[in-house]
Amino acid sequence: MKNWIKSGKPWIWLTAGAVSICLLAVIGLLGLIIARGMVHFWPSDIHAYQYQDPYKGGEIVQVVGELREKEEVSLERIHDSGVALESSSDRISRYLIKVGNRDIGGSDFRWIIEPLISGTTTPKDIIVFERLEWGNLHGDLLQLKIDGAVVAEGEGATAWNALQEQIETTLTLFKTIRQIEKSDIGSINYSMEQLRLTKRKLELNGKDSPENLSEITLETEVLQQEYEGLQSKLQGLYHEINRATVTVKVSTGQVVDLPLAKIVRAYQPNKLSLFAKTLFYFEKVWEFLSEDPREANTEGGIFPAIFGTVIMVIIMSMLATPFGVIAAIYLREYAKQGFITRTIRIAVNNLAGVPAIVYGVFGLGFFVYFLGGSIDSLFFPESSPAPVFGTPGLLWASLTLALLTMPVVIVATEEGLSRIPRSIREGSLALGATKAETLWRTIIPMASPAIMTGMILAIARAAGEVAPLMLVGVVKLAPSLPLDGNFPFVHLDRKFMHLGFHIYDVGFQSPNIEAARPLVYATALLLVIVIVVLTLAAITIRNRLREKYKALEQ
Amino acid sequence: MKSATMTHGIDLGAITGERAAQNSVLTENTIVVKDLRLFYGDKEALKGINMPIPKQRVTAFIGPSGCGKSTLLRCFNRMNDLVDDVRIEGQILLDGDDIYARTVDVSALRRRVGMVFQKPNPFPKSIYENVAYGLRIQGVKERRVLDEAVENSLKRAALWDEVKDRLHDSAFGLSGGQQQRLVIARAIAIEPEVLLLDEPASALDPISTLKIEELIYELKSTYTIIIVTHNMQQAARVSDFTAFMYMGELIELASTDTLFTNPGKKQTEDYITGRYG
Repeated sequence: MKNWIKSGKPWIWLTAGAVSICLLAVIGLLGLIIARGMVHFWPSDIHAYQYQDPYKGGEIVQVVGELREKEEVSLERIHDSGVALESSSDRISRYLIKVGNRDIGGSDFRWIIEPLISGTTTPKDIIVFERLEWGNLHGDLLQLKIDGAVVAEGEGATAWNALQEQIETTLTLFKTIRQIEKSDIGSINYSMEQLRLTKRKLELNGKDSPENLSEITLETEVLQQEYEGLQSKLQGLYHEINRATVTVKVSTGQVVDLPLAKIVRAYQPNKLSLFAKTLFYFEKVWEFLSEDPREANTEGGIFPAIFGTVIMVIIMSMLATPFGVIAAIYLREYAKQGFITRTIRIAVNNLAGVPAIVYGVFGLGFFVYFLGGSIDSLFFPESSPAPVFGTPGLLWASLTLALLTMPVVIVATEEGLSRIPRSIREGSLALGATKAETLWRTIIPMASPAIMTGMILAIARAAGEVAPLMLVGVVKLAPSLPLDGNFPFVHLDRKFMHLGFHIYDVGFQSPNIEAARPLVYATALLLVIVIVVLTLAAITIRNRLREKYKALEQ
Repeated sequence: MKSATMTHGIDLGAITGERAAQNSVLTENTIVVKDLRLFYGDKEALKGINMPIPKQRVTAFIGPSGCGKSTLLRCFNRMNDLVDDVRIEGQILLDGDDIYARTVDVSALRRRVGMVFQKPNPFPKSIYENVAYGLRIQGVKERRVLDEAVENSLKRAALWDEVKDRLHDSAFGLSGGQQQRLVIARAIAIEPEVLLLDEPASALDPISTLKIEELIYELKSTYTIIIVTHNMQQAARVSDFTAFMYMGELIELASTDTLFTNPGKKQTEDYITGRYG
């Protein structure tokens, strides 16, 4: 035993064990979010359960929906929920069924207790309608009507095909409408707002001479006409899109009229082959990545959040890196290394340990209210009382995070600068270069891999930060992206969405928690992927630089 | 002690300006060191050095480790300025002007007094850019001028034939000896008057050392060269004059032949015969 300890083997075991535990933790975490997040998009089969509804006095009802979860609970809990179930076993299985039909049944999900299920079938023809509002609708197709006249009927293939065709047309119409509303009318609104501000500015400056104003009025009129043209076009489209409806019989026997304009897609999950399901799966994943969210963020995609996260991280690094590098250069190269420099260095290093929310509060107080408020009163008096920069937004969020990550950049850059051999500096100086020239031509390029390391750490930290963002610019649902076709294209004053905040919002602020839960995992997975991609990009650049300046490895 | 140094050193020219004028016909001096004292904090590292450095000759500094020969060398291009806590007294006259005068532009001085260090220190750039570095610092941009300067310098440093086909490859691809010659090419590309070599061959193999020594021999027709070396054979081979330093003092300065065959002082004799150091 003593020899074994002396041999150093336990030490190897201990260290290897620590690494294994870390690996397990990481793999477990990733495995969990991948498993939970990726399953969400799979079109599961719809089952019909014959169920003695305990809340309806044991009457047999049909519960139609997809099985989401199975769990075992104690009999006591079943009793507590008001079900007088007799059972010899103490553990009772219950199923979580996504029944859809929220507008009819009141809830998307319901738990059913296994002993009360008397039979299960898988109805072949049942259709899942994905709607813009109220979640999914499960039911059987009765009729397809256009302008009130029945064009197809029944559960046969013809009716189904007619329905699919009609949905296709409707979706095309819908896209056109969206395009007009968001992009065309959106940019008209933007221009009109700019004109209003210009006018207000002229008034404030006392330059509101009739000729100045008439120009604006003229432009406004042109825009107004354009708007009216679009509006009448829209009306036509709306009329067109509202022509078709579908009549559906749901499991409770009710018959519902559903306008096709409200349908995103319809599919028959029980009829889909494995290949079709896979195709459907990727379609859903793509929708998740590329679309705007719907239904209080529980449906649709999260593209704005991905976009917001990435653009914020990029702006953050563009702000933090130069500042951090410059500060590090002063600290390492110019400042006299004494007590004060040491104190400053320690202070800077400790800044990295300040809780993020503190930065958020500071950002709100200093950047948003003080700086933003001052900018507004100096440069945008015309838009008062509505704030432009005096409200949380992308710029302030990026700045706050830049402040938060700057210590990391400073420390890494200083580290890099101190690792550059003295002989290189002397070589440059001996050739008649000044210190500044030496820095620019030799030292900073050689320190660039270290600077990139700092940036990588900063990105990893910033992309995952949520708490300060809630105060300085992130919102649950941003009406428009911070980047669009309206001049000046990048709108740093806008609020934006963020994956980290989205996780919090969907997971903990959502009214429909059961529907939102898989999305939490999916979004978490996406956030991890976004951070990995950003970091990998930075690492690639760093490795290139390292290759170029590998003198340090000599 | 100081006066002894002067009387025992061979009279190459002058220690004082007056005598320099008298002897300038015999040997022109590029550099004259006058009562130079250097302190690292409280420690006196150079204790009143007086010596001339003759023009377009090779002067070698020898002496045991820590005797101050490198420190003295680094005074000639004011490299010691970079060290914290250094205080320098006395004068170093370069062509009659004190390089420690307040008005001196250190960068301009270093362009006149080039330096090559103990370990090859090429920049992480291409061979071409390494040689062109000094010129680019001076703002030279014309490709033709740079090309010409690079080619000439590399030729003079006897490196051209080895690298002419890979001028734009990284300088780190060169061997140690080649790197050292590259560094010499880099130093002479800006056409200095004086070349300071701080143990330029100590990190190299014998063949590379030989090449460097040949190079020094070639270069002395144009440059005033000061070389610090640990290797007495090397000093004997390459230098015209040799200064022996000990404990921060210049013990003896004489023509190399004289110093090695007939040293004027006991300490010198002890050192070169290997009794200490």
